[in-house]
This record gives sequence, C-alpha cells and structure tokens, in this order.
Amino acid sequence: MADTTTLSAPRRSNAILATLRQNKLSWVGLALLAAIVFMAVFAPLLAPHDPLQQNIIHRLEPPSAEFLLGTDSFGRDVLSRLIYGARISLMVGFVAVAIAMFVGSTIGILAGYIGGLFDQIVMGIVDVMLAFPTLLLGLMIAAMLGANLENLIIAIAFTEMAPFARVARAPTIGLKERDFVEAGRALGFGPLRIMGVHILPNMASDVVVMGSLWMASAIRMEASLSFIGLGVQPPTPTWGGMIREGFENILTAWWLAIFPSLAILVTVLALNILGDALRDAIDPKLRSENAA
Amino acid sequence: MIRHVIKRLLLAVPTLLAMLTVIFVLVRLVPGDPAIAMLGDQATEASLQAMRSQLGLNEPIHVQYVDFLARALSGDFGRSMTSGRTVLEEVLQVLPYTLELTAAALFIGALLGLPLGTWAALRRNAWPDYASRIISLTGLSLPGFVSAILLLLVFAVHLRWLPVMSAAASDPVDHLRNLALPALNLGIIMAAYITRVTRSSMLNVLGEDYIRTARAKGVSQTRLVLRHALRNALVPVVTVVGLYFGTLIGNSVLTEIVFTRPGLGKLILGALTSRDYTLLQGLMVVFAAFIITVNTLTDLAYGLIDPRVTYD
Repeated sequence: MADTTTLSAPRRSNAILATLRQNKLSWVGLALLAAIVFMAVFAPLLAPHDPLQQNIIHRLEPPSAEFLLGTDSFGRDVLSRLIYGARISLMVGFVAVAIAMFVGSTIGILAGYIGGLFDQIVMGIVDVMLAFPTLLLGLMIAAMLGANLENLIIAIAFTEMAPFARVARAPTIGLKERDFVEAGRALGFGPLRIMGVHILPNMASDVVVMGSLWMASAIRMEASLSFIGLGVQPPTPTWGGMIREGFENILTAWWLAIFPSLAILVTVLALNILGDALRDAIDPKLRSENAA
Repeated sequence: MIRHVIKRLLLAVPTLLAMLTVIFVLVRLVPGDPAIAMLGDQATEASLQAMRSQLGLNEPIHVQYVDFLARALSGDFGRSMTSGRTVLEEVLQVLPYTLELTAAALFIGALLGLPLGTWAALRRNAWPDYASRIISLTGLSLPGFVSAILLLLVFAVHLRWLPVMSAAASDPVDHLRNLALPALNLGIIMAAYITRVTRSSMLNVLGEDYIRTARAKGVSQTRLVLRHALRNALVPVVTVVGLYFGTLIGNSVLTEIVFTRPGLGKLILGALTSRDYTLLQGLMVVFAAFIITVNTLTDLAYGLIDPRVTYD
C-alpha cells in the first residue's frame, strides 16, 4: 500500500541521467571528481613518500625526479601531502553537506507541513541565515568552538543548512495537499510516516542535486578556514593548511602554494560543473534552454 | 516614492531583530565559560567573577537579551577586550580600506562581467559563449585566497610589477599600485557572478517581443543592445550583486589577509587570535547591519532602474 502511494508523483532520476548523457562538460566534471576520490581512497598506495616524514637535508627543494612537486620547509614531500590532503577535503565536504542536508531538509519539511506561525518563525530565521555571509558565519563558529575536525564540520554544516530548508519547504507545501498524501492521512498514517515515506522521496533528487553544489562550497570553506588556521591542525596535511605554509614562503618557494591551490581549484570546479549540469537536469525551464 | 522608501525601511526592522536574535543565541551556544576562555585556565576565581559580571553573564538570560538588543539598536556594539576601544571605533577606523576595496572590486567586476555576459548571450552556443561560461565557472570555483595567491605569485613574485604587501601609502600612485592586486582579485570573483547573470538575463530579454519589434524597425545592433536590451537585463544583475555582497565581504576578509591590507578582515583575524569575543560579537552585529542596509538599498535601486516596479 505504502509503495503504490509514493509512486503517484513523477520520479525525475531518469530525466537527470538523460540530461547528463547529453551534457559533455558534465563528463569532464565527473571524471575529474572520480580521479580525486580515487586519489583520496588509495592515498597510502599512491603517495611516493610518507606525508609526515620530515627530512631536514631535503628542505624547500624545488620539484625534482625524487620529489615531483618539491618539498616543504620540514623536507616533507609536497605530492604525498597533496594526495593525503584530498582525504580531509572530501571527508569534511561530504560529512558537512550530509549533516546540512539532513537537518536542513528536516526543518524545511516540518515548516512546510506544519505551516502557520511555526513556518513563519522558522523560515524567518532561515532567511536571516541565508543573508549572512557563510564564510564569516563559519569563521565565527569555528573560532568560538575551537579548531579541530569535528568543530570544523559542525561550523560548515551549520552555515549550509538554510538553503536545504528552503529547497525542501516549497515542494512540501504543494505535496501535502496531493491526493496520495490525503489518502495516507485517511488510512491513519502518522505525520512522521507521511513526511518521511510519502513527501521526502518526492523531493530527494532536488535535495541531492543541491548537495553537490553545496559540497563545492563546503570544500572551499574548509580550505579557507584551514588557511586562516581554524581547520584541522598540523601536521595533518590539508590543502588549505599547505597553502598557508606556502604563503609564508611565497618569495622563495613558489611550489608550496601553487599545487594545493590548483588541487582545490580542480576539485571545486569539478563539483560545480557537475552540480550545474544536475541543476539544469531537474529544472525543466533550464533544460529546454540548454538543449537549444 | 517616499512612502515606498519608508515602507521598505520599516520592513528591514524585523529582519534586523531576527538577525540580532540569531547572533545572541549563537554566541550563547558556545560551550564552556566565556570568562575562562578569555582569561585562561590559570585565572583566579575572583577575576573570573569580575569578568562574568563585566560581560553581564550573571544576569538572567532574558535580561541579557533585552540588554543586548537595546545596546545594539542604540549603536553600542560593545567594547574590545584587548584594545579597550568600542567596536564601532575599531570598525570605523578600518572601514574605509574595506569599502575602497569592495568598491574597486565592484567596478572591475562590472567592467569585465557586463561586456562578457552580453557577448556570450549574443553569440549563444558559439565559442564566446562557451569561453565565458568556463571562465565564469572557474571564477566561481576559486576560493578568495587561492586566486589571491595565484595573482601574488604571477604579478608580485614572478613579474615584480606590483608590491607583495599592500598596506596604506600616502603617495596616490603607490596607493593605487597597492590597491591593484587585491581589487583585481575580488574583481575577478565578482566578474564571474556578473557574467553569469548578465548572460542569462540578456538571453531572456533578447527573446522578448519588443526586441523583435525594434529589430524590425531597423534599430542598429549596438543601439538595440545598449539602449533596449541591456537596460532591462540590468535588474536581475543588480539583485545578484546585492545578494553576493555578503560573499564579497567574506572574500575581502581573505583577500586582506593574503595581501596584509588593513581592513575588516584583519580586524576579525586579530579578534580571533586574541580570543576577543566581545569584539567578535560586535563585528557580527556590524556585519548584519551592513548586509541588511545593502539588501534594502538593492531593493530601492530597482525603482530607479525599472519604473514599473512598485512596492505595494
């Protein structure tokens, strides 16, 4: 019974796949992202050196055959640190967005379903959070909580909840009046079951697409906070932290800052390309524009 | 018009109250004792007590809330724990540098973004369109400090055209040279946003009937684009510039840090490193007020660009 009732609103996953097949640029994004994920997962096998191994004899060496991207001021291999750094960036980006997605869409669905004064107050707060610059908000929260991995994730997740609440609320308002939800209510399903089983699946694709766009922003913020010194603390290699170290030696050792900078750029660009293509796919208006 | 302005200004009041409430809650959500956080573990109980009463932490929460609101609305954003000066004084001292930077960035952004977006829309699905889309997507993907470091490496370290540090200088030429790289850095990010919106907004406008009519009348292409299309396409662009103002401020913080430029960014960083929580809270309030002001002004600007817009 429950399965048949959820089917009454159209699924969009097929349309998304079809659009992705047409958009060649999205394949570039997907390939780049796959390569970075591969690099992060198999870091111990790919890294030529230990990312934490200091070597005072090989301090600040430019790129060479032994150290392909050079060494830092502790004589550590930049390439190995870059490969391991992908782990932190992807992990923080993924976990923070997953939390923001879960909490944000829960808030949005609740606000849309309950409506009334609750909706007005909650969405008022959401709008205020949307208006505040995310980087500053994240910076303040991370600074107040203290710099470590968990707090970094909390800070980023908190700043990115609001857009998910907005995206989840709008379809809820339309869906709660639909016949299949009405039918569920008549059958005596509780509000939690209706929201979770009958409303949530109908917007899941929108929320996930938003997630890929916001993951780009989360990775950018992780790097920014690490650069300021509010991220995962040294000696753990992070891209933002590496750029910070490179910035201190910018006049003498250009390779320290440039490679992690390019790594962040490529990762965020890949996610943005993919997110753009996905967004075009779920928005019929944009789809026709793109196909033309 | 004046009635509309007043109406819009009144609309900003509940937003401001909500923002202040969010900041108040946020600061109180911080785990641990702020007094210990400020004075350290070694502080005596007496000095901790003194700090708590100075911060008003011994009062009941609703008294603290009303007190906070009353002070913020009367322009009292608190006093820096480290320098002893008021938050407003601290902000006003560095604000000109940040405003100068953001204004220059907006100028560069519009100078690059408007033509690029228009060109892409006119040559849709040809190479200028693809090039502008890839360029703007790259600009959107750059974290502010990454682009800053790349610019620094190219223009200051490699080519040696411009200074690495960009602190204030009394000589006007030096002053501009110091402003160039930070403004270019923020300008590129802004240009990316403006290009994107100008392109899609121009595409919408170019499809309108009145454009076809104008074309049929024999209006030249230049006049068509500049007089008929761009003027109407500007409305969404202004909205986006207003909306991304917050992002611009966020990126200016990073830019100021990379170029060691005085401004709000360095003020925030200083407050963070010295654990100056009252200054931080005050800065959040100042930023909130700033952003609400910009959003309100953006809304009001529609009326100037597009006479059809009314506020009822």
